[in-house]
Amino acid sequence: MGAIPLGHYSTLAATLFTIGVFGIFLNRKNVIVILMSIELILLAVNINFVAFSVALGDLAGQVFAMFVLTVAAAEAAIGLAIVVVYFRNRGSIEVEDINLMRG
Amino acid sequence: MPSSPLPDLVPLLPQLFLLASGLVLLVVGALRERDGASRVVAPLAVLTLLVAAAIAGVLDRTPRTLLGGHFRFDAMAAFLEVLVLVGAAASILLADTYQEDERIDRFELPLLALFAGLGMSLMVRADSLLGLYMALELQSLPLYVMAAFQRDQLRSTEAGLKYFVLGALASGMLLYGCSLVYGFTGTLAFATLAEGFGPGSAGGVPTGAVVGLVFVIAGLAFKLAAVPFHMWTPDVYEGAPTSVTAFLAAAPKVAAVGLTLRLLMGPMADWAAQWQQVVALVALASMLLGSLAGLVQSNIKRLMAYSGIANIGFALVGVAAGTREGVEAALVYMAIYLAMTLGTFGCILAMRRQGTYVERIEELAGLSTRHPLMAAGLAIFMFSLAGIPPLAGFFGKYFVFLAAVRAELTWLAVLGLLASVVGAYYYLRIVKLVYFDPPGEPFDVPTATGLRLVTALSAIAILGFVVLPGPLFEAAAGAASSLASSAVAVPGR
Repeated sequence: MGAIPLGHYSTLAATLFTIGVFGIFLNRKNVIVILMSIELILLAVNINFVAFSVALGDLAGQVFAMFVLTVAAAEAAIGLAIVVVYFRNRGSIEVEDINLMRG
Repeated sequence: MPSSPLPDLVPLLPQLFLLASGLVLLVVGALRERDGASRVVAPLAVLTLLVAAAIAGVLDRTPRTLLGGHFRFDAMAAFLEVLVLVGAAASILLADTYQEDERIDRFELPLLALFAGLGMSLMVRADSLLGLYMALELQSLPLYVMAAFQRDQLRSTEAGLKYFVLGALASGMLLYGCSLVYGFTGTLAFATLAEGFGPGSAGGVPTGAVVGLVFVIAGLAFKLAAVPFHMWTPDVYEGAPTSVTAFLAAAPKVAAVGLTLRLLMGPMADWAAQWQQVVALVALASMLLGSLAGLVQSNIKRLMAYSGIANIGFALVGVAAGTREGVEAALVYMAIYLAMTLGTFGCILAMRRQGTYVERIEELAGLSTRHPLMAAGLAIFMFSLAGIPPLAGFFGKYFVFLAAVRAELTWLAVLGLLASVVGAYYYLRIVKLVYFDPPGEPFDVPTATGLRLVTALSAIAILGFVVLPGPLFEAAAGAASSLASSAVAVPGR
């Protein structure tokens, strides 16, 4: 892995993961930002998997990362589709407007 | 590398059959789109799920690993697979006229249910972190679409959006947990993880793996709708079309409990002392919140959401016991839960007045004078959910609490019993409304045969369990022992 030690990769992944989680909870503006945060979480996981896979000399982690990429694509498609049908009904994708049902 | 050119595909027959039929039905639906494809595809999807369940039921139950060790077939998988596939088929049957009335009778809906069923049948077979994740996503993605299926209704699309965002977050946490477990133990397979977490592991369990496991358990708790990851449940249950709510409430819960058991009682079995407290607290919080918050609900779908949270709490009491007896009790509980939920949603789907579906609990007032059969059915389900002996729900609760007491979790059993008494109030209130309140406008007589069939069969199952409990207990015992034998050792007794 060259000169960069494993700890740096997992720190980067942990940071990205935390930003993603906070992006979902602290974001008050826009649902698209939530979709981006979800992608960020999945990519943080991928960094972890690939870094661990290289460090361990085991291919399974990289295979897992491929599967995560595939699922992330499907998930983004479904998420965007749901946002589109929601926008058609509500006329807005502001997070504060998603309040028809309490809870 | 395996020496044989082809892997052993026989134990995968139910999945292969579901996949092939699902793809064929997709083409059939697309070709017949103009002339009511849903009326052809929905019955065929039901048939497919039932055939797959039958195949899973008759397969040889010797434990085998499949697909490079990512999945595993044993008595536990067979037991749960029959439950989830029959549950999925019954939920599609429940839906027929509702979907026509609400103008969502498009053929994609039963097909999404079929693919979710495929995902669930793989969930209960998962034997590695990769298998666990892929099966869980195959189940979750169709469910998001199904929740938002009534796409011209704000309520349904909002439910879909909330379910998707929180579900994707839960998947992300689960995945991050998987990556940590992989990084600190160097393996994805449950069997190897069991060695890493076993008593023989040198130097104890690495902290990173422990953190990862907490993330994985949190992700699973979301799918189970257990407190503190239950926030999505009431909104999604209320907003989604009722037929989809019935689907969400029934089979996926069974599959998620199966997956949790596979993870906790498989590789983690020797490590029970660590997760037992967490699961016990989650179970307690779910039982209390489900029972207390249900008291103030006026919408029957929201009430069923809180009832579902409480029921998952009761099932988790069995998991928290961490013994073979506890696993058996949790499996029996989920089987009974499936029948009670399907039956109750059958009654909810029959709450239709002059062509519109009503959801307020008060609408049930005086049901017994106009519709005595539906009232009797609803009373059976409510008494069973409340845990009144001698109905099936009582035995479900009795055995999970018994397992908890034997595993020295008496406090959990006592508090769970109290929660169950509190929860009984809202079930009994419905019975009181149905039998003792002045009747309102009559409901339309349900014409759907599927609805009547499933509701009647659920009632018969609940009553039949009292007379003939043997088969279910034997099947659950077989399933529990196959799980225990795959672990290194069983803690406790």
